[in-house]
Amino acid sequence: MRISKAWIVATKDMRVFLRRKSANYSLVLFPLIVSVGLPLVLRFVGARQGGLSSTRLPILMNSFSFFFLIGAALLPTVLASYSLVGEKIEKSLEPLLAAPITDSELLLGKSIAAFIPPVGAIYISSIVFMVLANLVTHNTLGYLYFPNWAIGLILLLLTPLSAILSIEWCVIVSSRASDARAAQMQGLFIALPLLAIYVASEVGAISLNTSTLLIISAVILVADIILFFLSTKTFQREEILTKWT
Amino acid sequence: MITIENLTKKFGKVTAVEGLTFQVKEGEVFGFLGPNGAGKTTTIRMLCCLISKTSGEATIGDYHIGKADDSLQIRRMIGLIPDNVGLYDDLTASENLDFYGKLYECPEGPRRENIERFLKMLDLWERKDTRAGSFSKGMKQKLALARALVHEPKILFMDEPTANLDPESAKTVRDFILEVKKQGRTIFLNTHNLDEAQRVCDRIGIIKKKLLTIGTPEQLRESLSKPKTEIRLAQVTETMLSTLRKLIPNKIEVSDNKLLIDVTDPDKENPAIIAAIASTGGQVREVTQLAPTLEDVYLQIVKETK
Ligand SMILES: Nc1ncnc2c1ncn2[C@@H]1O[C@H](COP(=O)(O)OP(=O)(O)OP(=O)(O)O)[C@@H](O)[C@H]1O
Ligand SMILES: [Mg+2]
Repeated sequence: MRISKAWIVATKDMRVFLRRKSANYSLVLFPLIVSVGLPLVLRFVGARQGGLSSTRLPILMNSFSFFFLIGAALLPTVLASYSLVGEKIEKSLEPLLAAPITDSELLLGKSIAAFIPPVGAIYISSIVFMVLANLVTHNTLGYLYFPNWAIGLILLLLTPLSAILSIEWCVIVSSRASDARAAQMQGLFIALPLLAIYVASEVGAISLNTSTLLIISAVILVADIILFFLSTKTFQREEILTKWT
Repeated sequence: MITIENLTKKFGKVTAVEGLTFQVKEGEVFGFLGPNGAGKTTTIRMLCCLISKTSGEATIGDYHIGKADDSLQIRRMIGLIPDNVGLYDDLTASENLDFYGKLYECPEGPRRENIERFLKMLDLWERKDTRAGSFSKGMKQKLALARALVHEPKILFMDEPTANLDPESAKTVRDFILEVKKQGRTIFLNTHNLDEAQRVCDRIGIIKKKLLTIGTPEQLRESLSKPKTEIRLAQVTETMLSTLRKLIPNKIEVSDNKLLIDVTDPDKENPAIIAAIASTGGQVREVTQLAPTLEDVYLQIVKETK
């Protein structure tokens, strides 16, 4: 396994991706809504006279942090399904597979390409979110809420773990899908469990404190490892060429 | 350079290729001819280590296909132009080539030089910064040629490179094939186009699941159809025919005022035939020597195996 080979594929895929306008929108739109939209919500719903109290506000802000995690599961599906199904549509797999690159190098390259742009977008938007959220809430709270342990865990641990999960899942569904859209649709299912957790926290069934987040991380890590083996098993040269095209 | 022995590929119950045995010599242009579904693409894919073989053996250089350690070495030695060009439409011509150059571990300097050299040879240099997606079919095919050569492979596999091209683009591609051959590379060419095979190939194999025949274009033509002499006369008479039948026992076909005669050695037999016709008062207007074409041979062989 040579990382340099994977990197060649990754940079190619990212370059192709950046030239596709429609694909770019999703990468810009979601982070924009989350990073600017959520602080606006805080501003108009929470931090005003007669709004949420300084005890309710942190709960809302905490659950908003969770949006980044959902983004981390959703955004890579757009890229992963493109970079996997896209090759199938352009019929470019055959010359690619004839080149001296191993299956795992190719899979790693595609995964890196689906990982870096969304995770980058999430990190940038999370910084914007934290700054704006602090701005609109520090009068009410009397202190700067972000950064804190919860969002630190979400960004540094859970975000990469769920992005990986999402990519692995996409590899598995892409092997069956005939077009990028279908793969994307099926890819979105990976965000469902996270949405369920979010809803559970909203209705008060669980609280998204650091220990809950650590437990979720551990569960996703295990899922990552299981899906790693399943996805590498799916990603076999002859299978890809004869079944995927 | 390529040695194939008893190579077989089955897709489930369907046998695509059965018991192939032949060799391709170094520096040779080998044409692989056969009807649709004959197994040409399947054979190339096995040789390029894209799909596994079911049984048999094949070596490229010193490496065995189907051996995990060897397949990476084989892939370094070969270039492939698949039946679908498979370019990246969103990348420019030179980006497409650069990506492949990097994958094949060409160092930066030679990679740049090769990209420039091949794009210039194929008349694409002016368009090097244009998206491949905006290219015409012919240009895409040419770009795929350059892509397959950017790492200077020893062997070039081409799957119907001139299918769907207009005559002029097809000629450019053919000329380029000959140019590549001059550089000493071995070429394995899948094609339906008999005329093309005849023009560029040193040897031809005809396949329909099994290898039906193999040889130089001349050998194939000679092996099957006999030459015929066509004679157009002012008039064909009965006396003329009976005289000719006495002279040569071969088959004589008559249509209007034309005779079509099977000959074995035209140089010897033709003068005797003409003299015989003249002796019966016949007036010869035109004599044509009909050599069997590769098409005749191909159709005959493929029909025989139906
Ligand atoms: N992936 C596959 N799965 C099942 N059968 C296949 C597969 N690929 C090829 N075949 C079968 O193998 C046989 C040979 O196909 P192949 O594509 O090698 O023919 P070909 O000579 O290249 O034909 P063409 O001139 O149409 O390109 C066909 O009967 C085809 O249906
Ligand atoms: Mg074919």
